[in-house]
Amino acid sequence: MPPSVLSSRHSVTDHLERQATDAAPGAVIITCSALLREIQALIKANGWTHLEVVTISAELHNRPERIPDAVQVLITAARRKGQLVFVAYGDCGTGGRLDALLEREGVERIPGAHCYQFYSGSEQFKQFEEAELGTFYLTDFLVRHFDRLVIRGLGLDRKPELEPLVFGHYRKLLYLAQSEDQELQQRAQAAAQRLGLSYAYHYTGSGELGRSLQRFNRQLRVGSS
Amino acid sequence: MSNNEELYDEEELDLSTLPDDELVEQMYDDLYNGMHAEIGEGTQILLDRGWSAEKVLSDALVAGMGIVGVDFRDGILFVPEVLSAANAMKSGMEILRPILADTGAESVGKMVIGTVKGDIHDIGKNLVAMMMEGAGFEVIDLGINIPVETYLEALETHKPDILGMSALLTTTMPYMKVVIDTMKEKGIRDDYIVLVGGAPLNEEFGEAVGADGYCRDAAVAVDMAKELVAQRRGGAIAQVAVA
Repeated sequence: MPPSVLSSRHSVTDHLERQATDAAPGAVIITCSALLREIQALIKANGWTHLEVVTISAELHNRPERIPDAVQVLITAARRKGQLVFVAYGDCGTGGRLDALLEREGVERIPGAHCYQFYSGSEQFKQFEEAELGTFYLTDFLVRHFDRLVIRGLGLDRKPELEPLVFGHYRKLLYLAQSEDQELQQRAQAAAQRLGLSYAYHYTGSGELGRSLQRFNRQLRVGSS
Repeated sequence: MSNNEELYDEEELDLSTLPDDELVEQMYDDLYNGMHAEIGEGTQILLDRGWSAEKVLSDALVAGMGIVGVDFRDGILFVPEVLSAANAMKSGMEILRPILADTGAESVGKMVIGTVKGDIHDIGKNLVAMMMEGAGFEVIDLGINIPVETYLEALETHKPDILGMSALLTTTMPYMKVVIDTMKEKGIRDDYIVLVGGAPLNEEFGEAVGADGYCRDAAVAVDMAKELVAQRRGGAIAQVAVA
């Protein structure tokens, strides 16, 4: 495992205050840096100071086959510290390999294929897909890092002639928003314009991410009582 | 004219002045750098010098894409660069394709390929189609979001050696099993080599859905296709010999 794969900081891309959870965290959430900001907000809002959060770089989504190994390293480290573990990931393109690992380890994850699905809920997401198959989804994280992860990540800054090959079948950009932020909405609209797609907005809040963390916390309480 | 333009003009390479071996080397570089117009120009120059379309395809384009494929596999090039190279190769193929069809060049095999229903992602599928064509296969590309009925119609119409299916999404890749199971129900599964590919797939998945092979990338797809078609044809020849 190359050291660059795992973030040694609590945040890879966002500048957030580190939570005071290092005293004696009894449980850990292993997650993607794309979800960190929302998880930190949920921890703060709910006072879940007993939860530690460790992240894996969102850039690993470009090499999803490496995600299970990265998660395995963090599960092993958490077990060594005697922590209970929850994995805040979808399948995220691992093709069931993450689930196979989690089944072996007896660890739960958020239900769903990817964050678009668990933020919006499976039924709602199905409706989005049926309404327009050619939909390109953004979350708060992806709006914030659109240029780095989408434009530069796909090489469109260096090779703009590739844009029709990459986005030729997309018709719509749908911003699935976790926060009600006017500036992010403007940036999402600009992203749609940049890609020549129509724009739509849907507020999801924390969706299934929030509900999954609540369930994990209830299990912790039952376990400790 | 500015100084920069003068400099550019002085340095611009006239491909037609290069001898054959240097021109082919230059085309390797141009493919590597995704230079669309230059590849079309180089292809035409070689044809004008009396090269056969097959020789231009194999010695200039396919060999050049081979270098790109190796560097992609070794992590030196990434998807945007490979796409760019494939896009450049397309300009050469557009010139060669009608000539190859007219001269009745022998096809290595025939493939029907498409991205499965519910999925619109076709970058990988297009790369495979391009590389297969470059390797001498006749490729019928059905496009994206392909339902089982369309796959079956295409098999019936084109009678290919290979059916290729691609998916990028975890949610759409199980559809490959729907297609293969339908082929089994109709008793036609063993009439075709079935290859599958896509980012979230792996070898176990390929086996689980009943495919003949999982292709990690476009270069693997070409190698596997050649091998399986050769095996199948060899098997057929052996059966005839025994009979």
